[in-house]
Amino acid sequence: MENLRYLEGVTTLELDLEACVGCGVCELVCPHAVFQMNGKKAEIGDPDGCMECGACAQNCAAGAICVTPGVGCASYIIQTWIKGKEAASCSSSECC
Amino acid sequence: MGDLDRQNNECCSGDSCTGLSSMQTGLQPLSEVSLQDEVCCGSPPGPQSSSLEKPGYQLLSFVEDFKDTPCGPVPRVKTKLEGPDHLGTLIARLGIKRDQYKIAPGLYCVGNPDQDSPVLVTANYKLTFDTLRQELTYLDAWVLVLDTRGINVWCAAGKALFSTQEVVHRIKQTMLEKVVNHHQLILPQLGATGVSAHQVKKESGFKVVWGPVRAKDIQRFIAAGSRTDKSMRLVTFSILERTVLIPVELSHLPKPSFWVLLAVFFLSGIGTSIFSLNDAWYRGLMALTAYVGGILAGAVAAPILLPWIPGRAFALKGVFTGIVAGLAVLVLFKGGLIWAEAVALLLITVGISSYLAMNFTGSTPYTSPSGVEKEMRLAIPVQAGAVLVALVAWISAAFIG
Repeated sequence: MENLRYLEGVTTLELDLEACVGCGVCELVCPHAVFQMNGKKAEIGDPDGCMECGACAQNCAAGAICVTPGVGCASYIIQTWIKGKEAASCSSSECC
Repeated sequence: MGDLDRQNNECCSGDSCTGLSSMQTGLQPLSEVSLQDEVCCGSPPGPQSSSLEKPGYQLLSFVEDFKDTPCGPVPRVKTKLEGPDHLGTLIARLGIKRDQYKIAPGLYCVGNPDQDSPVLVTANYKLTFDTLRQELTYLDAWVLVLDTRGINVWCAAGKALFSTQEVVHRIKQTMLEKVVNHHQLILPQLGATGVSAHQVKKESGFKVVWGPVRAKDIQRFIAAGSRTDKSMRLVTFSILERTVLIPVELSHLPKPSFWVLLAVFFLSGIGTSIFSLNDAWYRGLMALTAYVGGILAGAVAAPILLPWIPGRAFALKGVFTGIVAGLAVLVLFKGGLIWAEAVALLLITVGISSYLAMNFTGSTPYTSPSGVEKEMRLAIPVQAGAVLVALVAWISAAFIG
C-alpha cells in the first residue's frame, strides 16, 4: 500500500514515552506499521500513515497511547454539523 | 374401507412392491428405504430427513456433521465453499440484505480438534466466516464465532461489537474452558480496534494472541509458532479490493437520485413559456447524463484509479475524474448547448463526482477520520457552491438562449 497515502499532519495519535514500558504490542497490532520499537521504547515512525483505528490505544496496557478514532464517514460528519454531535447517529443499518 | 384403501391394497399386493408396507408395520424401515421408495403412483419421494436435523432448526449447507465435546455437539464445518456460499457472497457484495447474512454465534470446529487445538475467533458475518473457513483445510481447530450482528471483523471492532465484552461473554457462553486446555485464543489482528487483550485476560483468564490480518496467512502463522511477520500485519488496498466495494457504494444512490432527478427534470422545463414539458424532457435528459457521468466518475472511476489520480484528498481526486467525465458529456452534446448550459453540466458532473469520491473515504482502510473531517470542511462548501451555480446557470440558460 505504499502508493496510497492520505492527508499529512492531521492525526491525533499521541505516545507518552514516559509511560511506555516497551512491550511492543502497538507494533504488533498496527495495520500500517506506524510504530516501531526503538530499544526499550516504542516510537511513532510514520505518523501520517496512521488511520486512527485505535488498535494501539486499545491494547496499550500502560496507557501510553491515545488517539481519537472517529467514524470517518462523510454522511455521519455532515450530521454532526447539522444536528450536533449528540444527535448524529449511524441511523441506517444499511450504512456500514 | 374407501376406494383409496382398496386401491392401495391392490397396489401393494402386486409383484411391484416387495417390502413391508408401512400400513402393516406403522414404521418407515430405515434399511429398506430404497425398496420402500418404489411407488405405484407418482414419482418417488425425496430422501428421508437427516438424523442431524432437529425440530425448529434448519441444518445449514456448510455443516458437515457434529463433533461430540464435553459441552455438547459442536458443528464441524466444511472448509470448501459451495454453490450456496458463492451465491450468498455475490448477493452480499451487491448490498442486498447484507445485515441479515449471518450465522449463529458460538462454537464451531474444522477437522478433528482436541483439547490442545487452537481456537480461532471470528465474526458472525457469513462472508467473514466463509473467508476464514476456506483457509482452514487440513487444519484441526475450534472456531469461536462472536455475535457481531452480521458485521465483518474490522467494522464490528470499530463499532464496539467485536469487543472485549463480546469475547469474554462468548467464552463463558460456550464453556470454552472445558473444551480446550490451553486457554488461548487467536484473534484476527483487525479485531484489536475493539478488543483489549490484557482486559480479556483479566476478565476471562484467556490469553489473546494476535493472528494475521488476512485469513489466508493463518496456516503460515500457525506453522511459524503463532507469530506474525510484518507482511501478515499490514493492510492492503489493491485494485481488486477497491473494485469489489463499488456495487455497495452504488446501492446507496437510487433513493436520493430519484428525488434529485425529479427536481432536475422539473427545473429543466422552466423557461420563457413558464413551463415546457418538451424542455423538461430534453434538457432534463442532458442534466441526467451529467449526473450519471458524475456517478461514474466519482463512485466507479475514482475508487478503481485511486492511487493514480493526483491529490491526497478524495474530493480533489473526484474533481479530476469529474472534469474528464464532464468534458465527455460536453462532447456528447456539442452544438446543442449554449455556454451557460455547458458550464452548468460541467459543474454538475464535477460536483457530484467530487462528493461521491469524498464519500468513498468511509470505505477505505487508510483514511483517518481527522483527515476526512479536514477534507470535508473545505470540500463540501465548494461542492455545494458548484451545484448552486450550475442550477442558476441551467435555469437562466432557458431564458437567455
